[in-house]
Amino acid sequence: MFKRLPEAQAEVTRNPVSVTVNGIEVACRHGDSVASVLFASGILACRDTPVKGTPRGPFCMMGVCYDCLVNIDDLPNQQGCMVLVKPGMKIERQQALREVQS
Amino acid sequence: MSKVAHYDVAIVGAGPAGMAAAISLKTFGINVVVLDENVSAGGQIYRGVTTSPLSSKPQILGDDYWSGKKLVKEFLESSVERIAGATVWAVSQHTSESEQSSFEIGYSVNAQAHIMHAKHVLLATGAHERPFPIPGWTLPGVMTAGAAQTLLKSTAMVPSGRLVLAGSGPLLYLIAWQYLNAGVKIEAFLDTTPKGRIPQLLPYAFDFMRSPYFLKGLKLVREVKAHVNVITPISDMVANGQEKLESVTFKSASKQQSIEADHLLLHQGVIPNINLAQAIGVTLDWNDLLKCWVPMSDPLGNTNVERIHMAGDAAGIAGAWAAESRGQLVATEIAYQLGKLSLDQRDSSVTAYRKVYARATRGREFFDRLFQPAKAFRRPTGNTVVCRCEEITAQQVRETVKIGCTGPNQMKSYLRCGMGPCQGRFCAVTVTELIADERGVSESEVGHYRLRFPTKPLTLGELATLPQTDASINAVVRLKKPV
Amino acid sequence: MIESPALEQVQQRHHKGIYDALVIGGGLVGSSLAFGLRQNVDHVAVLDEGDVAFRASRGNFGLVWVQSKGMGLPAYGHWTMSSQQLWPEFAEKLALITGLDVGLEQKGGLHAVLSEHEYESRVEFMKRLLDQPGMVQYDWKMLDRKELKDLVPGIGPEVCGASWSQVDGVANPLKMLRALHTAFVKQQVDYLPQHPVADIEFKNDVFEMTTPHGVVRSKKIILASGLGNQVLGKKIGLSVPVRPQRGQIIVLERTKRMLQMPFATLRQMDEGTWLIGDSQEEAGLADGVVGLPVLATLANRAVRTIPKLKEVSVVRSWSALRVMSKDGFPIYDKSSLYPGAFVATCHSGVTLAAAHALRIAPMVVGGELSPEITAFSTRRFNVQEAA
Repeated sequence: MFKRLPEAQAEVTRNPVSVTVNGIEVACRHGDSVASVLFASGILACRDTPVKGTPRGPFCMMGVCYDCLVNIDDLPNQQGCMVLVKPGMKIERQQALREVQS
Repeated sequence: MSKVAHYDVAIVGAGPAGMAAAISLKTFGINVVVLDENVSAGGQIYRGVTTSPLSSKPQILGDDYWSGKKLVKEFLESSVERIAGATVWAVSQHTSESEQSSFEIGYSVNAQAHIMHAKHVLLATGAHERPFPIPGWTLPGVMTAGAAQTLLKSTAMVPSGRLVLAGSGPLLYLIAWQYLNAGVKIEAFLDTTPKGRIPQLLPYAFDFMRSPYFLKGLKLVREVKAHVNVITPISDMVANGQEKLESVTFKSASKQQSIEADHLLLHQGVIPNINLAQAIGVTLDWNDLLKCWVPMSDPLGNTNVERIHMAGDAAGIAGAWAAESRGQLVATEIAYQLGKLSLDQRDSSVTAYRKVYARATRGREFFDRLFQPAKAFRRPTGNTVVCRCEEITAQQVRETVKIGCTGPNQMKSYLRCGMGPCQGRFCAVTVTELIADERGVSESEVGHYRLRFPTKPLTLGELATLPQTDASINAVVRLKKPV
Repeated sequence: MIESPALEQVQQRHHKGIYDALVIGGGLVGSSLAFGLRQNVDHVAVLDEGDVAFRASRGNFGLVWVQSKGMGLPAYGHWTMSSQQLWPEFAEKLALITGLDVGLEQKGGLHAVLSEHEYESRVEFMKRLLDQPGMVQYDWKMLDRKELKDLVPGIGPEVCGASWSQVDGVANPLKMLRALHTAFVKQQVDYLPQHPVADIEFKNDVFEMTTPHGVVRSKKIILASGLGNQVLGKKIGLSVPVRPQRGQIIVLERTKRMLQMPFATLRQMDEGTWLIGDSQEEAGLADGVVGLPVLATLANRAVRTIPKLKEVSVVRSWSALRVMSKDGFPIYDKSSLYPGAFVATCHSGVTLAAAHALRIAPMVVGGELSPEITAFSTRRFNVQEAA
């Protein structure tokens, strides 16, 4: 669990960006990364690995570990820490081996 | 495919080295562009310095962080062309009859691949956290100290559960101090710095005391020690839990201890981000003090590949202040190579920057020796995961050496370690060390992964939109040649 | 100054004396041969280089392929077919000894065509191939788009069809290497890395190989060091004209298994990653350089074949040097000056692995290459030059 310091919370209250996380609507801050929104929502694991199905969460928060992979707007393998939230964004847990889809 | 842009210099990275170099190059009227993976400039150290929600409470993050704002603002307000959100995944030699040699840079912005050409490329790709392979380090709830710091700086988020910090080095003390300032409770700080080093380091201490970090560092450490339970020495550290972190166990002074935890922040130094440099053909050198691979560059930032330059932590860990002056220094050399400066002018500028650089790196050796990660935390055993991406364990790596695998590239072939998307960033040094351990030879002799483009993943669709040539089509679509 | 590193504790030789047979080169060709030799004699060694050698084996696509082979040399068609037929036995032997599965799938294979012109060219080529006098015969079929769609759901709209043959298949080359080297441990083959061979001499009926760790002796030797065979071949009086030909492969991330039937240039591995090949460039020894235009062409062709792959990530590319003989066919020969010395090289190390292990190796032990192999001797190059 991560919490926002008052300064950040104030921004969320003042000017929220609305996204959905695993189907649930969540208010976040303009400038938040998808990974940070997951943390703020109490989620520690964002995916299961394709090799053994092990749960993983963001590790480096700077785009080099590739553990923060999530499904964003139906596109798998998005690095949650490198993508900033946009209104209406759909964020979902990445399930192990991805499907090949168009 | 849009028209291909041409530049004199392309800089990869907008941290202190990249920004300083860009500003400098621009003053010579050089056509320069900066490709930055992040949306806002500042690299890792000054991440979020212009966008952080904590600007109204500067005392939380501290002066050193906010001091970066000046450079970032100067960079953003300069006329330097910047492509934000650009992930560079290839830099290759490009020769055509109509123009002189240059480099072809493949990069992606918003899932769209592009190519640009540049005569010179400056890799200011910085550093990332060292791997810290302990059992359970892949559990959700475990992250690097740098990751936690990014969350703090960019989004003003802090852990709200039971928090343990573990590792060694100034960065860990820094975040502990920042957390204290923000009112975050820390259950324990497990300092893994090996015992008894300070007496051995007395010869380096004098230099360290003259360093810009000394007094600040001491003050910081004292404050942390006054308010946090700092436990040292530490061995046999394990992160326990089923689906996520539940506790941290360790030994200290022969006593086995356990602390319940929801968050574990690990840190034992940073290492250069070598992938792009290595894929371009820059020679790597094993730095035995820092226990990592470092791309080789001379004091002017030149490498063995002509017109590929390096500056900042990517060329060797030296910190943000050093990165800035090195960026300026390398820019001067590039300007000279482009004919904007005479040799005398270059030399006098370089001398000035070298002085700044020397001041900024004073006492570095003391640091580096004191905080060199303990062997046990660099050379794991048993079921400890070594390659996070492919979930390969230390035992598997060690056993594979025993069947005759002598180097990391064969290891890659046998076990797939290093074949995941992180491309060895979090396993390369560990694999090299484990092979060295099993063979009883130096890391230098063992060698490193050979890396190739793309150094960061991109989609097949993106790659398919890049320009082809008659030669490339001939090479692939061969209707008449037999197999 | 280059120091000869001390022989490490890790690599202890099982056999200290003269080997019965020794292979120079530890890639797919050398390792398959060594495995085969060990099933026939007791003391076998493999001399390999270090970690960063040219190592064509690492760039291997893994095809166990018959279709398309043998144009200009029907004997090659036969040879390939014989290996294809022996592959299940080879895989089984490996599995029995090591417990490892090398991922053999022999369900057939496809060669896609992306235009009417390609379609016609392919039909003409395959007909001409099989019409050659003395050529091995096998069933193949030109599938039209509709038939192909049944085999490969998701085939792209530009794909007009494909030639299909039942006899084609695939294996996992990296698993093969690992299985072979594991077999060495289990069967006490002395696999000796860091042993590049500087010289070969023949003294007292024994071959002496000079390496940085001293001289290694064997009654029989096989040169299987790929591009290195050219230099080493001279030492046993054989002219082995091989040249490097660069091939680049794109590797995609793991996905759920979707493609069951392999194409010659696009396949999905048993563990879910995808491989895209296959390019051919004369590029000298520049195996570390990856050319962007070639990657673009490879990628372009792949997305036209299966458009859904557009969104899948490219995680890395490989550039490796094929060992290409003058005419593209294998070279197997015995030294006339030094009986007991042989050379073996090819660029289809996976397809021919079974034949290497189960046919060539026993021939070497017996001292002679069988008549069907004469077509692959080095003498064919001299004939061409004389003519």
